[in-house]
Amino acid sequence: MSIIEVNNLTKYYGKSRGIVDVSFNVDEGEIFGFIGPNGAGKSTTIRLFCSLIYPSGGYAKIFGKDAIKHGPEIRQEIGYLPSEVYYYDRMKVIDLLKYSASFYIKDCTKRLYELADIMELDLKRRIDDLSYGNKKKVGIVQGLLHQPKLILLDEPTSGLDPLMQQKFFNLIREENKRGVTVFFSSHILGEVQKMCNRVAIIKEGRIIKIGEMKTLQKDNYKKIRVAANNVDETRFSVEGVSNLEKDNGAIRFFYKGDINVITRLISEYEVSDVTIEEPTLEEIFLHYYE
Amino acid sequence: MNIYKHEFKMNFKSVIIWSLALSLLIFVFMSMFSTIARDAELLNEMMAKFPEELLMAFGMAGIDMSTVLGFYGLVFTFCQLCIAIQAANYGFSLVSVEERDQTADFLLAKPVRRTRILTSKLLAAITGLTITNLVVWISSYLFINMFRDGRAYETKPLLLLLLSIVMLQFVFLTVGMLISLLVKKVRNVTPYSMALAFGMYVMSAFGGMLGEDKLEVITPFKHFEPNYIISNAAYDLPLVLISLSFIIISVAGSYMLYTRRNIPSAV
Repeated sequence: MSIIEVNNLTKYYGKSRGIVDVSFNVDEGEIFGFIGPNGAGKSTTIRLFCSLIYPSGGYAKIFGKDAIKHGPEIRQEIGYLPSEVYYYDRMKVIDLLKYSASFYIKDCTKRLYELADIMELDLKRRIDDLSYGNKKKVGIVQGLLHQPKLILLDEPTSGLDPLMQQKFFNLIREENKRGVTVFFSSHILGEVQKMCNRVAIIKEGRIIKIGEMKTLQKDNYKKIRVAANNVDETRFSVEGVSNLEKDNGAIRFFYKGDINVITRLISEYEVSDVTIEEPTLEEIFLHYYE
Repeated sequence: MNIYKHEFKMNFKSVIIWSLALSLLIFVFMSMFSTIARDAELLNEMMAKFPEELLMAFGMAGIDMSTVLGFYGLVFTFCQLCIAIQAANYGFSLVSVEERDQTADFLLAKPVRRTRILTSKLLAAITGLTITNLVVWISSYLFINMFRDGRAYETKPLLLLLLSIVMLQFVFLTVGMLISLLVKKVRNVTPYSMALAFGMYVMSAFGGMLGEDKLEVITPFKHFEPNYIISNAAYDLPLVLISLSFIIISVAGSYMLYTRRNIPSAV
């Protein structure tokens, strides 16, 4: 079953573009990555899921229900962690979390303390005395304390130190093991690569690629480096080769296609070194952004 | 209920401060009554020398300062201005503060309807204003009787005056709320509420000065002018109905705008 179903979702802010004709599905139990640079429309998409803003066209269905019409009902089961966390400054952490918990039908008290414990959160302090990283922790606890079935993460790791990031990712993985679906928006590709099964790449408000993490990495591109004497890079300008560059008597390029074609080409030379690698997501990403 | 409680707590300090300030204002002015009343002859004579327009501007024309209600009416004018500023403050900040402090994301991502959020916030603000209102009632009654210097006064006009506070509060609260939803972003509430309250006050004053009738249609201060209520022991009903329609339009408009509003994002 699709937990999130997005169909031609479009949002304009007046005349300026938010997102245009975005369509994709997220299945139950997935960790779905949503990547793109700042301003590509990642937050817009998530804010549409929470009906913080209303679409100009198309629709988003969550748990099979329209995100706008059934908003409050859907949000019982959504945990949302915004990219920038702001809370009522004059409140104590524990009061804020209890206020947050009071919106849900379930009793969240036990989970609240568990999470605060995991994230090492000091419950007695006032919000405005907290550092940004600590506020972010409040955000994490606040977003997870009602044990949602869908977690929406909008650039969740900014402001967290590496140790806390690790704890956070473990927490998300544990939730995921329990069957929770995760929608993970980020521009940091490494963390998406670590966490996600599938990714969608968004550029200037439009989805330009959706695919399995593995297929994106494996089936498409190889990153090849050949070091050889008098290597002639023009010889390598065959179909499927891109980003060809030469440095220090070696050439590097991306290749997509029949691997035998390229190995035959390479064997024409007296080769001193060859590496054939999976490109990192970063490299795939840059490729799509050219 | 949780939003209501939260909102009320957030507002509580401000409610107390406004209430105490108003109580103090009434106390200070009324404590001067006996002195002024004794020299009222002199004062009335002096006031007669002022240009009529000036007296009208300050709502002092035709006031007999030697009577309890004549004097209290003047005090009440200042109270009205303060009450209007307070109510406008709450109205303007009702929704906009969450957006300014970017806590709207937190609240609106919770499983609640926007109509419930707005209703809870509105009720919390009304509760706060009612507390202030009660303090004004008690203070007025207390300090009038404490300082009336043995002079008698009629109860009905006083009661009507005090009752009019509710409507005045509602007008400024709801109009403030509507304007805050019409503009894109309210960075700072005070300039807005000051502009609204003083603007209306000045309009009422100038309307009186120029004898301009059209302005009185707009400004709620004219709808509940203390002089009129005291000398007629009644409200100017058509004008009160205008205020009432302001409230209805503002409330309906606010609900319509808020349920369709795109919450601006933090970045």
